[in-house]
Amino acid sequence: MISHLLSAADLDHDDAVLVLDTAAEMATLSDRSVKKLPALRGKTVVNLFFEDSTRTRISFEAAAKRLSADVINFSAKGSSVSKGETLKDTALTLQAMGADAVVIRHGASGAPHRLAEAGWIDGAVINAGDGTHEHPTQALLDAYTIRRHLRGGEGDLSGLRVTVVGDVLHSRVARSNVHLLDTLGAKVTLVAPPTLLPVGVEEWPVTVSYSLDDPLPESDAVMMLRVQRERMNAAFFPSAREYSRRYGLDQKRMDMLPEHAIVMHPGPMIRGMEIADGVADHDRSVIVEQVANGVSVRMAVLYLLVGGAREPRPAELVGEAGL
Amino acid sequence: MTQRIILRGVRPLGGESADVVVADGVIHQIATPGSVAVADGDRVFELTGQVLLPGLVDLHTHLREPGREDAETVRTGSAAAALGGFTAVHAMANTDPVADTAGVVEQVLRLGQEAGYVDVFPVGAVTVGLGGEQLAELGAMADSAARVRVFSDDGKCVDDALLMRRALEYVKAFDGVIAQHAQEPRLTSGAQMNEGAVSAVLGLRGWPAVAEESIIARDTLLTAHVGSRLHVCHVSTAGSVDLIRRAKDRGIDVTAEVTPHHLLLTDETARSYDPIYKVNPPLRTERDVLAVREGLADGTLDIVATDHAPHTSEDKDCEWDVAAFGMLGLPTALSVVIDTMVRPGLLDWAGVAERLSAAPARIGRLADHGRPLAVGELANLTVVDPDATWTVDPWDFPGPSRNSPYRGMQLPGVVTTTLLRGRPTVVEGQLQW
Repeated sequence: MISHLLSAADLDHDDAVLVLDTAAEMATLSDRSVKKLPALRGKTVVNLFFEDSTRTRISFEAAAKRLSADVINFSAKGSSVSKGETLKDTALTLQAMGADAVVIRHGASGAPHRLAEAGWIDGAVINAGDGTHEHPTQALLDAYTIRRHLRGGEGDLSGLRVTVVGDVLHSRVARSNVHLLDTLGAKVTLVAPPTLLPVGVEEWPVTVSYSLDDPLPESDAVMMLRVQRERMNAAFFPSAREYSRRYGLDQKRMDMLPEHAIVMHPGPMIRGMEIADGVADHDRSVIVEQVANGVSVRMAVLYLLVGGAREPRPAELVGEAGL
Repeated sequence: MTQRIILRGVRPLGGESADVVVADGVIHQIATPGSVAVADGDRVFELTGQVLLPGLVDLHTHLREPGREDAETVRTGSAAAALGGFTAVHAMANTDPVADTAGVVEQVLRLGQEAGYVDVFPVGAVTVGLGGEQLAELGAMADSAARVRVFSDDGKCVDDALLMRRALEYVKAFDGVIAQHAQEPRLTSGAQMNEGAVSAVLGLRGWPAVAEESIIARDTLLTAHVGSRLHVCHVSTAGSVDLIRRAKDRGIDVTAEVTPHHLLLTDETARSYDPIYKVNPPLRTERDVLAVREGLADGTLDIVATDHAPHTSEDKDCEWDVAAFGMLGLPTALSVVIDTMVRPGLLDWAGVAERLSAAPARIGRLADHGRPLAVGELANLTVVDPDATWTVDPWDFPGPSRNSPYRGMQLPGVVTTTLLRGRPTVVEGQLQW
């Protein structure tokens, strides 16, 4: 297993499946009255958030606490770019505190790489979203959700067709998903207006479509990405209404999907923009479940990176604890 | 006569061995090896097999003084230049205060003279405060003691087409040249690295090749229209090489430079997210690297210029997005050229002398540099051991900045000796006084 999780590309096929399998074991915990394992007892996990993200932070916090780790929340919003403490000084502080893992969310692409590789700290670094680069645990929870619904919760995603729609250019979720879905054998189609696709996307292991209607009948899962209204002002598209008309998932498009297909969104959603109200709340929408799966997946990542191979398997721990 | 210096066994421009005698600041004699009788008081340098070149001339150096003496001073930058084999550097105008008046350029000139390692020729800003709105007093800088001939807003592009036209026209009065930093600002807002396959994966905002090329295309047309002289700074893309080649074919008076780092490094280095590789214009692709090498070989790109850009570790040891653009270049320039051009057979030693000395001196209208290796010429000279290699350790450099992308790399070519008007500034690779 790798020592940091900086990019979804860090995971080879076996590692990725191992994370998903471990997450499945972790998920059995939530059915129990005592939702706690001793796996990371005595370990310190720091949530280092340079950007606001209540959802992701809470998810990591819950994951670490269920594994009995000591959790320190370090909200350092804005401090790297403004006159405050630098990333380096923050890292040295965490090192002095003896952090075993640092979960970092940062507005600058590559900040987790710097944290892991500049020699500032020894602990494991987990990327919880960096700039427009990656958000690997989101991709893992997405893969976990797809696998649960369409592959009976086992193995990989071979042959499944996943359509990712929206602001690919600025989306760290999209980049991580492209890596991981490809690793797990899924076929990915990216749908976006040409302005919201990066130059260089032609080298990605994906199919690109400028039309949302074309790939829908062939899609097993549709993943909608958030589109920020500010993009409109930077001339990426003419108006929110036009975007919604061409790339929003409404009921009519929902009806084009195969019966078994699921609808996903990493949140936070802009209802009425990229996804219609009725679609978000549809019984084939798994958006709320994605949140729950996020905790299991993050437990798995923390367990595998911080607990390490020396520790007993979670299933054994569950047995020992007599739960 | 002052003390004679005998450069024993050197090969002028890589040719036949000779003993070169320097006295009174000029090349006094070029004789067959062993034929020069050593007199009392002569200083003899044993340099058998090493290559004698005219002192190198850099058209593009950031010395940071006044304003950022924590990153570099005229003294430390001049020392780095001498160690790299240079005898003249052009100090870019983006200091604080900006070199946009006769007073500031004369201050930089004076600081260079006081340091005394190389001749420092100040570059004047094109616009007041590099603001891109009002022409600086170009004539006053030209007429000053600094005798400015090269004008540049480097770091920023003179993007206003009318202002660029006026600047090109105005400098004709004193044989000046506008050295353009070609970067269309709207296409590069917030840009971090070359736009392409690597930026797509890394999620760093792209700096597209077209932002450089569109300005070069416009400026060559403006230059032709007003009959002036244009120099293009740090050409980085294959498309730019092509545009400049075509402009030259049409007889437009345009010259161009390439940096050592654009001859050697690619955007693949950004995968480390280490800002040591963050530079403007950004490192491009393998295809671009091959194109600028070819352009330098065939003369489309007239010169190598370092764009030596010292930065403190505070400005480099951080996240990529907030790090400063730029890398050190003076101490390593000749070695990178040997590695990328001489060893592969793209450039011979006469070509090195042309691209790193004679041509930049011509562009800067320098009378005393870039001269032929002939008796009677001023002894601005560099001797390089082409077969020796060295491992780059930025902690060995004289200045306070360490941002060399070549750290830890083994490079060919060791500068052993540099003479400025006959006075040794570097002997056996060591700075003098």
